[in-house]
Amino acid sequence: MSRKLSTLFILLIISTLVIAGCRPSAPATAPAGGAQAQPVVETVEVVRTVVVTVEVPVPGEATAATPQVKIEVAQAPGFGDTLKAVQARGNLICGVNGQLPGFSFLDPQGNFSGFDADFCRALAAAIFGDPSKVEFRATTTQERFTVLQTGEIDVLIRNTTWTLVRDTELGLNFTATTFYDGQGIMVPKDSGIAALQDLEGGTICVQKGTTTELNLADVMATEGISYTPAVFDDVNATYGAYAEGRCDAVTSDKSQLSSVAKGLLPDPDNHVILDVTLSKEPLGPVVRHGDDQWLDIVKWTIFATFAAEEYGISSANVDEIRSSTENPEIKRLLGLEGDLGAKLGLSNDFAYNIIKLVGNYGEIYDRSLGEGTPTFIPRGLNSLYTNGGLLYSPPFR
Amino acid sequence: MNNRRAITSHAIPFWRDERFLKALVQAIFLLALALILGYFIRNMLTNLRQQGLGLGFDFLRLTAGFDIGEHLIPYNRSHTYLQAFAVGLLNTALVSGLGIILATLLGVIFGVAQLSGNFLVRSAARGYIELLRNLPLLVLLIFLYSTVFVQFPRVREAIILPGPVYLTNRGVAIPWGTPTATFPLYLQFLGAALILALLLALGLSWYGKRSGRPPLTFFWSMLTFLLVAAAGWLLLPAPPLEANLPSVQGLRLAGGLQLSPEFMALLSGLSIYTSAFIADVVRAGIQSVSRGQVEAAKSLGLTGFQTLRLVVFPQALRVIIPPLTSQYLNLTKNSSLAVAIGYPELFHVSGTVLNQSGRAVEVIALVMAVYLSISLLTSALMNLYNRRVRLVER
Repeated sequence: MSRKLSTLFILLIISTLVIAGCRPSAPATAPAGGAQAQPVVETVEVVRTVVVTVEVPVPGEATAATPQVKIEVAQAPGFGDTLKAVQARGNLICGVNGQLPGFSFLDPQGNFSGFDADFCRALAAAIFGDPSKVEFRATTTQERFTVLQTGEIDVLIRNTTWTLVRDTELGLNFTATTFYDGQGIMVPKDSGIAALQDLEGGTICVQKGTTTELNLADVMATEGISYTPAVFDDVNATYGAYAEGRCDAVTSDKSQLSSVAKGLLPDPDNHVILDVTLSKEPLGPVVRHGDDQWLDIVKWTIFATFAAEEYGISSANVDEIRSSTENPEIKRLLGLEGDLGAKLGLSNDFAYNIIKLVGNYGEIYDRSLGEGTPTFIPRGLNSLYTNGGLLYSPPFR
Repeated sequence: MNNRRAITSHAIPFWRDERFLKALVQAIFLLALALILGYFIRNMLTNLRQQGLGLGFDFLRLTAGFDIGEHLIPYNRSHTYLQAFAVGLLNTALVSGLGIILATLLGVIFGVAQLSGNFLVRSAARGYIELLRNLPLLVLLIFLYSTVFVQFPRVREAIILPGPVYLTNRGVAIPWGTPTATFPLYLQFLGAALILALLLALGLSWYGKRSGRPPLTFFWSMLTFLLVAAAGWLLLPAPPLEANLPSVQGLRLAGGLQLSPEFMALLSGLSIYTSAFIADVVRAGIQSVSRGQVEAAKSLGLTGFQTLRLVVFPQALRVIIPPLTSQYLNLTKNSSLAVAIGYPELFHVSGTVLNQSGRAVEVIALVMAVYLSISLLTSALMNLYNRRVRLVER
């Protein structure tokens, strides 16, 4: 009896979930009291309501000639919540990869270091004026969006590719691209594989739940090359299997391939990245839908690092420039003029803090991926637009 | 007497009536449960709506866009999420089905070995069981994968066992048969052979009951089946199966049946892990048959094997079947640990689907529903079998 009952309960739970899942896809029902022949009601998500209050003068009483029009912008629910929560908590929870040398990786001192980790620090510097107020949370590719959606992390800075589906259906907003990447294929040097066609019938290691997994399938289908994917859960499992010779090749973003080859593989010189690019991979921080203020904060934190490099402001000379500059653009950026920071809900010197405490884009890049580092990647597309790259900050005004 | 009882039952008001109170407690419990469930689900729906996320299973019809390494049904990137799920489900079924067969065989052998009179055999079996029962399965799987199956030599230096069986770090390749044009015809032949063997078995057992001298029913019907099958193979103009031997072609394995390291690690891990538990179940079942039964069988002049087959096992099965069922269920559910070594079974594939579609709630609910159905189905079948073998009380 009790076994049957418990089975019944489990069935109940599952079926409730299933029924709950099916409900919204049913045609929208007419509102109560509505006429039968009502047109199909489209559900419109109200993101921003503009309340317009018009005080119409009552005849006889009015003396003013013009009606007063007040416009106030009512924000969608959730606006400003993330910043408030972060400030109340006293630190920023930043989702990172944690296994990728050069981007976010535990260094021998036990700190997260790397390109992505530094953008977490820049954000903390913008909010608190203290880059150490970051709690890093290592996430797998599979769980990264769920932890962001459910609010376990405030921002995801984890070499995540910007795609339409992720931007819409997953309820996420991509802020700005911090790293322009492309998908590549790495093979052992002695394998004799020089082009995509040489991989016919081969096995390719790929990480689960990534855009690279999809791009690989797309490209191989287009080229008509048959292959077997071997799909693994995280960076270590994927490259571990590749290093053991489980696969003929491994595919991922080129930045990841080169950083892994140099940082994780036992014989970095025996691997070569093929001269093919399978896809565009714009990587950047991601936030939840519903809090536009937070989206703006993350976006403009990144733009501040771009702008600083463009104006030649670095952590070394920012104090000097601040005291001597006459350039109004720089004055606005550093918070000497205007109230740009306040408009974001931050202090006016937020960009100064970022530059002073973390550095401009070039400094962040050089620290983790620059020529002196073991994970060197040429800047290529990730140069300022003035140097033939794609980095371009909208004006600070 | 009757009269008094009638009076007392009339006198009890309903709020003190035990039957009513019991029903009431159950009703309150159900209501509370429904409320709690309702609250959680409402909470979830509200949260989803706030983030602008819908809930629905329509996404299953969308193109999956990713490839899966091992598939029993045709599948490529242009198939739907639903078909990707089906691929995962079939892989789960394959590894669980094979695992159950292997685990049962190993388990029975080690279970009987534990009761052997030979000290060496007994202690070896005991050691095997103790070792495996006290290791976490995940550790065992990762051990088998990363220190056994991926550590086999590269394809060029493959270990070649007679057969030929190739052991490489790309997987294990064994000889296999490729169906030829006459294969469908041969299948009909096999069907006929099966029917003939069954008819013979029925006839023989009927004859045995009538005469009181049971013939070797199983032996004769099996022989018939094999003879007819062999005759069919020889009579057909061309053999129905063509030997497909594995070989090394360049840097890769070709031909034969190729089993990936992930599949081999998962199958062997699940089978030997579960076999340790089954061995103990079998031992307990055999020990539950009283000694007097064995002695009686011996005094009737039955041989050792006959005693085991005709007296001990039928009685032991009654004790064995229920815990065996739960071991089978465990094995099926444990197959989801394949996610750690990358075999594309249901849970692994659903992880990819979840990530590419972003539908966490739906995907997890679907996976739970599927595992639940598999478990209930297995358990229903085993209950059916249990009803057949259990002690009929008169």
